[in-house]
Amino acid sequence: MEDEPHRCFSFLPTFLPLHILIYTPNPVLPEHNRTKSAAVFFHILTMIISRFLRRGISTSTSPTRRRSWWDHVTPALKDLINAVTDAFLADPCPYKINLGVGAYRDDEGKPVVLQWVREAEGKIGATNFLESTSTAISSKLVEESAKLIYREDLDVIKERRFAGIPALSGTGACRIFAEFQKRFYPDSTIYFPDPTWSNHRNIWGDAHVPGRTFHYYHPDSKGLNFVALMDDVKNAPDGSFFLLHPCAHNPTGVDPTDEQWREISSLFKVKNHFPFFDVAYQGFASGDVERDAQAIRIFLEDGHSIGCAQSFAKNLGLYGHRVGCLSILCNDKIQAVAIKSQLKQISNAMYSSPTIHGISLVSKILSNPDIKALWLKEVKVMATRIQRMRATLREALERLRSPLNWQHITNQAGMFCFSGLTRAEVDQLAKEFHIYMTHDGRISMASVTTKNVDYVARAIHEVTASNRDIKILHNIGAYKVNTDICSTSLGTNKTRARGMNLAL
Amino acid sequence: MASTLLSLASATPSASLSFHEINKGKLNRGCMNKEKTNPFIKAKSFGRVSMVVASNVSRFEGITMAPPDPILGVSEAFKADNHELKLNLGVGAYRTEELQPYVLDVVKKADKLLLEKGENREYLPIEGLAAFNKVTAELLFGVDNPVIRQQRVATVQGLSGTGSLRLAAALIERYFPGAKVLISSPTWGNHKNIFNDARVPWSEYRYYDPKTVGLDFEGMIADIKAAPEGSFILLHGCAHNPTGIDPTPEEWRVIADVIQEKNHIPFFDIAYQGFASGSLDTDAASVRMFVARGMEVIAAQSYSKNLGLYAERIGAINVVCSSPEAAARVKSQLKRIARPMYSNPPVHGARIVANIVGDSALFKEWNAEMEMMAGRIKNVRHKLFDSLSSKDKSGKDWSFVLKQIGMFSFTGLNKAQCDNMTNKWHVYMTKDGRISLAGLSLAKCEYLADAIIDSYHDVS
Repeated sequence: MEDEPHRCFSFLPTFLPLHILIYTPNPVLPEHNRTKSAAVFFHILTMIISRFLRRGISTSTSPTRRRSWWDHVTPALKDLINAVTDAFLADPCPYKINLGVGAYRDDEGKPVVLQWVREAEGKIGATNFLESTSTAISSKLVEESAKLIYREDLDVIKERRFAGIPALSGTGACRIFAEFQKRFYPDSTIYFPDPTWSNHRNIWGDAHVPGRTFHYYHPDSKGLNFVALMDDVKNAPDGSFFLLHPCAHNPTGVDPTDEQWREISSLFKVKNHFPFFDVAYQGFASGDVERDAQAIRIFLEDGHSIGCAQSFAKNLGLYGHRVGCLSILCNDKIQAVAIKSQLKQISNAMYSSPTIHGISLVSKILSNPDIKALWLKEVKVMATRIQRMRATLREALERLRSPLNWQHITNQAGMFCFSGLTRAEVDQLAKEFHIYMTHDGRISMASVTTKNVDYVARAIHEVTASNRDIKILHNIGAYKVNTDICSTSLGTNKTRARGMNLAL
Repeated sequence: MASTLLSLASATPSASLSFHEINKGKLNRGCMNKEKTNPFIKAKSFGRVSMVVASNVSRFEGITMAPPDPILGVSEAFKADNHELKLNLGVGAYRTEELQPYVLDVVKKADKLLLEKGENREYLPIEGLAAFNKVTAELLFGVDNPVIRQQRVATVQGLSGTGSLRLAAALIERYFPGAKVLISSPTWGNHKNIFNDARVPWSEYRYYDPKTVGLDFEGMIADIKAAPEGSFILLHGCAHNPTGIDPTPEEWRVIADVIQEKNHIPFFDIAYQGFASGSLDTDAASVRMFVARGMEVIAAQSYSKNLGLYAERIGAINVVCSSPEAAARVKSQLKRIARPMYSNPPVHGARIVANIVGDSALFKEWNAEMEMMAGRIKNVRHKLFDSLSSKDKSGKDWSFVLKQIGMFSFTGLNKAQCDNMTNKWHVYMTKDGRISLAGLSLAKCEYLADAIIDSYHDVS
């Protein structure tokens, strides 16, 4: 912008050297030499003049030079998971694959609008645009959510001995709880499994609750490090707060067995720890919502008073609507009312309430047996597809005679597979094969399809093959490659891709 | 459920003491009672070994009931009342002449379009729907405003006004630690909660003058001048809540002068654009005037009232910066704050607003409906004023009803008088004397006038 006034001068420095080139010294016609000298002189003079002009004009009130209140605001680090999607979106390659965000895709790789959602939305219509005190519908959502996760026939549910509020999906529910924890246990900390969803730290961090970790994932076995987990639980100070993933652990997909959950629950009882469950994938681990709630049911049998953040983003397919539920089990109804009032106060100062649209959808589907049955079917379909893709990916890698053990792909459950790929290998997958995933090697199996699974297997095999100098490129048959489209993005690795015979 | 475990604690007898420490901690929100020991662990130290009795007592045993929200509590009390003449002038939610909630026609149309399109419900980016962010900034600052063309506005979709204010508050806390926000006295009740929870200190500037039932302009200017340099001044862009008293254009200019002079940052809360005068542009005049002066401005928007989208929680936070580069940085930090709060905002309301504002036919229709809604409130003000003037023989000046603007009117009634309004006349209002004219019909103006006159003169 500040260059506009003297744009007319900017051509000169480039224009003049051409004159100099054209007029080479001519011994026969000395007047040409004079012309050339004059051109050089004029060129230098113009450069000096334009530099002064530029400096003179731009020191006036150009906005970029004016002091801003926000000079000290540095650019924020990009959210890790969203950064993967950003990189994916920026990639022009037509056969790129995004295995980053945990959002379910069908076998065509497309987002799915669940049938139940369409049916329920038709019923809701525009009648819900009332003021945000839609207490009846909110209460219904909380009641139905509690039944879904805690079981209808439990005393604590029947007697309404729980406090709950609708929340902005899982993140919102965790955040409200973190603020609540800070308010009533100001010196407490929270123990996260190592690893955990990347946003957990920020959520409790922004609520000023320091985070600690307990051992969870065993990188060697790519399974649960149960012994170390129990040690950490035992060594934590009595009455600590723990965040637990009841099923389909994010990012590892590694879940304790029922027996292990029972032992964890007993130890929690001895240590008087507070278990807070982040339930983001009920239904996605096994395909059965009851089965996936087993860990929580075990804790309830042992008499724990737990807290629960439920997300309906994935299992109900409501991602963008931001619906979830925060619930805390209490001793009696009076306490439930008191705690609910505190939770409401916290949420009122943050966003007042979630949207009625999302709340209506969830309460409709959970309370209507026909729509609920339809939903349960759809959850099973989604979970089954993911399980099939797990098996297919593992088989493909084993068929390629990969030297590594890929059992964990089928051992792990839920949306994610903790592949064990290193950061370097993840980067290589992105650069050379246009396959995107988070840096920790977490693959969203929900984005793997029958069409791309072979390519993914091949690519993983490529980057993990022990001897990187000898690349064995297997021909996988009828797929054709069109490298011309991607020649620019492949750069020096054109040969590799050409040999891969990629499906488009 | 009541199982009791007796167990020997590990060799950390101090663990039980730490809970007593915790109990001595923060108490100012009615949390744990000081005298109560932590009921979850009843421990007695015997030298190095403690006997810990763990029962199924809740960890949150001592949590007391939070005070009811003063505004929403009014609606609840109203619902419980069975009197046939009852009137709810509590919540600022628009009602028709028949006192029914009103779903705007444009919203119904936009919603139907969305249903037909059947778009997916994927996550929005953290900053919200791009189409919405574009139109919301244009709506507030004007489509041709240089700040938009120069990309100097950081706009992030927020959860209506509340959520947008909270994002800004968190930004202030993070980048201006210790800086104060000055809020008007009185102001919307939730402002204080938002800044408290965001740990941003605040203080008040004089605003309402009970003697004139008007603006205490001198007090306001004096308090803004007296604030430490670099404070954030929270201003209501139009239709001040709860008083309905707005500065005149000349007064706005003086306010801008003082803010510039003292190097403060203006922080606008615009919840009623279009609702105050009936014109979207007129109601944005104050914000636009500040921006035209080259000032850096924060502005929170809400579509709860003007589009009736209360329950869809749609709004935006805008930060006008002096350069596009600063705006990009600020936007990235707003996203950084939003992600651990709710990850990304809800999609439905954003799509509705984007569709309405982005479609010229729907936009025209919206303008017409807004004029109708604002017009109804103006008519009600006139009728109320006429009723008060004709019925009240004391010669009291009721013209403030006409001078005030927007959904609310500050009647000047004190708490006892407000109680009388409710107890005797079954008129529900907030205890600060605020009535929501959006909840008043022409048919009920005379009744209300009787109630106000009675409460004003016969109750002290």
